[in-house]
Amino acid sequence: MAIDKETVKKVAFLSRLKIEEDKIEATEREFNKILQWIEQLSEVNTDGVEPLVSVNDCSLQMRQDIVNDGNLAEQVLANAPMKEYGYFGVPKVVE
Amino acid sequence: MSGMILKGETCDWEIVCGLEIHCQIISQSKIFSGASTHYGSDINENVSFVDAGMPGMLPVLNEECVRQAIKTGLGLNAKINKHSVFSRKNYFYADLPQGYQITQFEYPLVGEGCVQIDLEDGSKKGIGIERIHIEQDTGKSIHDISPTKTFLDFNRAGVGLMEIVTKPDFRSPEEAGAFLRKLRTIVRYLGTCDGNMDEGSMRCDASVSIRPVGSDELRPRAEIKNVNSVKFVMQAIEFEAKRQMKIYESGGEVEQQTRLFDQLSGETRFMRSKEFAHDYRYFPEPDLLPLDLEDGFIEAIKAEMVELPDAKQERFVKDMGLTPYDASVLTEDRETAEWFEKAAKGHDAKKVANWMMGDFFAMLNEKKIALQDSPISPENLGKLVELVTSNVINGKTAKDVFAIMVETGDNPEKIVEEKGLKQVTDTGAIEKIIDDVIASNPANVEAYKAGKTALMGWFVGQVMKASQGKANPGVVNKILQQKLV
Repeated sequence: MAIDKETVKKVAFLSRLKIEEDKIEATEREFNKILQWIEQLSEVNTDGVEPLVSVNDCSLQMRQDIVNDGNLAEQVLANAPMKEYGYFGVPKVVE
Repeated sequence: MSGMILKGETCDWEIVCGLEIHCQIISQSKIFSGASTHYGSDINENVSFVDAGMPGMLPVLNEECVRQAIKTGLGLNAKINKHSVFSRKNYFYADLPQGYQITQFEYPLVGEGCVQIDLEDGSKKGIGIERIHIEQDTGKSIHDISPTKTFLDFNRAGVGLMEIVTKPDFRSPEEAGAFLRKLRTIVRYLGTCDGNMDEGSMRCDASVSIRPVGSDELRPRAEIKNVNSVKFVMQAIEFEAKRQMKIYESGGEVEQQTRLFDQLSGETRFMRSKEFAHDYRYFPEPDLLPLDLEDGFIEAIKAEMVELPDAKQERFVKDMGLTPYDASVLTEDRETAEWFEKAAKGHDAKKVANWMMGDFFAMLNEKKIALQDSPISPENLGKLVELVTSNVINGKTAKDVFAIMVETGDNPEKIVEEKGLKQVTDTGAIEKIIDDVIASNPANVEAYKAGKTALMGWFVGQVMKASQGKANPGVVNKILQQKLV
């Protein structure tokens, strides 16, 4: 799989990363290098090998339905760049 | 035939529609954190660091949310998948602090199922369920406080949701409406979602396309987002189908797109096209292992299942002698059905149903009170019916006793005893009253004998009046007929 300039721009947009026009080519090369490196893995024969879902040999732990968290409004909002009336504030969202 | 056929100029068109319904799961705490799900708390009060998407915080799955979704799956006759996997759905939006939603993608918790819907013409139709998966809800955006800012309350962020996806089996707005009502009844019976569309605890998206009648192709569809009442869903489907027909009939093509429903105009309008469809880049959620369930876990939930409306309706008709209509009204919600069963226990169930659906519901309506606040207990309504069926009081007296019960909440047996309302079935006593009535109304007796038989009603009335309403009307009729020959 090869990455072209358009894909770089699209991925950057989806990730909300700003890549300057003169950096796009370099990013494209870097992207492709990473992918080529990863693609070496496909050389390994994995016939009959179950997908590995986790390196931890255990099963999913669930919690009981108990309220034991929350009431942290002040701390939760502490890092917010914009807050008013106890809400997080963001620039107007219109869709 | 409940399908809606749109009469076009070039051909007849049929609707192909599927629904996606987001149901908020009833649980104390959120699906991946220990914050409360309570509605109406102070702003951002029920937000943990997990819900706020703070770096390094890890989700832990709430067992109750899994149980509730399985229960719902069983209620929709669906297959429960012992193995399911959580995925990340990536997108940036202000109401999603993590920048991704934890949901399920290729391996949902619940697979295919089927729900019977009842249509207005009395027919039934099976609607296929495609899947149910569980996921996190988003926060709530408030747009109307400031002209330049949107405010966010994350109390709802992380509340468990079940997304129920149907097959494209709806052929009319009516079918979609019947399904939503049925689904709401089922989740309420099960106690897995409160089903309040106006409060947003149940939200519906509709996918609508049309095709010429007789064809089995699937044409590009419009997805209508977040419609918040059964009526609006039905309106949106009809409007959208007609809009698409106009496009095809004028030689155009419908493009796949997302649309919004405008409640005020009853129209759908463009939101975004396929090219701008979200690219969610799903991948397996690295913070959660796959969910593998033991048979025992699922069996324990099966054992907790309550009797659902379909089974209840069937039992009310078969074992209790109700009409299908009575049974459908009385099983509409679980509280009503349980109240009825308590009232009917040991008595004539059909008569109890008539009382409940007649005078009793009328009284609740008039007083604008809920069933659980009724001044009359189910046991006492049962006793009142029993007093009539065993001929202790007649139907007319029963109405009077009912009115007293509404006022006092008293036991009807006590009311009848204290007020001396027992009906007179002693033929000797009734005969005496009848003889008096006949003796004092010779003119009407003559008229009756001369053929004015409509006067029978008047005579019965006079006798009932003289007995202060306590005479058994059947006995009165019989004796009057003998005497007036």
